[in-house]
Amino acid sequence: MHELSISRAILDTAIGHADGRRVVLVSVTIGALRQVVPESLEFYFQLVSSDTVCDGAPLDWRLEPARLRCACGAEWELDAPAFRCPHCSRGQVTVLTGDQLSVDSIEVEVDDPCTAPR
Amino acid sequence: MHRTKVKVATDVLDANATIARANREDFDRAGVRVVNLMSAPGAGKTALLERVLIDGLNGVRAGVLEGDIQGSFDADRLSALHVPVTQLNTGRGFGGECHLDANMVRSALSALSLDEIDLLVIENVGNLVCPAEFRVGEDRRAMISSVTEGEDKPLKYPLMFRTCELVVINKIDLLPHLDFSLERFLENLDQVNPGVEHMLVSARTGEGVAAFARWLEGAARG
Repeated sequence: MHELSISRAILDTAIGHADGRRVVLVSVTIGALRQVVPESLEFYFQLVSSDTVCDGAPLDWRLEPARLRCACGAEWELDAPAFRCPHCSRGQVTVLTGDQLSVDSIEVEVDDPCTAPR
Repeated sequence: MHRTKVKVATDVLDANATIARANREDFDRAGVRVVNLMSAPGAGKTALLERVLIDGLNGVRAGVLEGDIQGSFDADRLSALHVPVTQLNTGRGFGGECHLDANMVRSALSALSLDEIDLLVIENVGNLVCPAEFRVGEDRRAMISSVTEGEDKPLKYPLMFRTCELVVINKIDLLPHLDFSLERFLENLDQVNPGVEHMLVSARTGEGVAAFARWLEGAARG
């Protein structure tokens, strides 16, 4: 969903932190509950980053699985939209992971002090 | 040349969240509570609001922000009921954004008579996917799922069904004509959002609508 505008938002964030330097990697976390398709995001990121300091930088994505915890103490990973506790059937569950959609870090090129132009 | 890592740790939708918070502050300052009403296209958002506004909300002055890709059809319907209504179009005639975001709502703030209302209902663009992702500064989220959409919707659109505090099941007057299993729908809903408040209504006949009016009154009181 909205991978084009999300990749633009990622690009803006990366450019903001690059400070004019060339970006060679952008690392993001995509939560499983966030309706974002990583491969689509990768595709659109390459499109939007063209002719920017992020041009050619791969989008390194980490899919964060959905992990829930119940009030009874049970913890489990979701692979289908079933949110009742499989152990006690209660519905008071907390989402531990799976909600995140973030730019974690970027890698930029920096001149070596000895070889930098004087 | 060597590479160096720069920590960013920023939510991707941070810009939207920031504007949503600003909207929320403006609403709070004006003493207005806000409900974001969502559904698939044609589930009955406008019809239900029409019915509620005709029947009246006790002691609550309501206003509506209509979100549509284009046209003022819904705003025209509601403004006949003498409540402040503002139409927000997300496009310019042949297409536009498929959801409201915080920035769009912010752009409409000056047109809303916030000092004349206690409750603002934002009728979002008909869409079961994207509106769920974009907070706009609301206090509560409610959605409508109509019986003509089938029992599987909660399983197909879990984020929308999970993000809402109220699921209104509309068009129950049509049940005798459908093979829709309300029991299965409620089982699916419970699987995706255990224990979520839900109610059965017909915007057309008025059945059950009083309960939704009471819910809106509760939302207005905070």
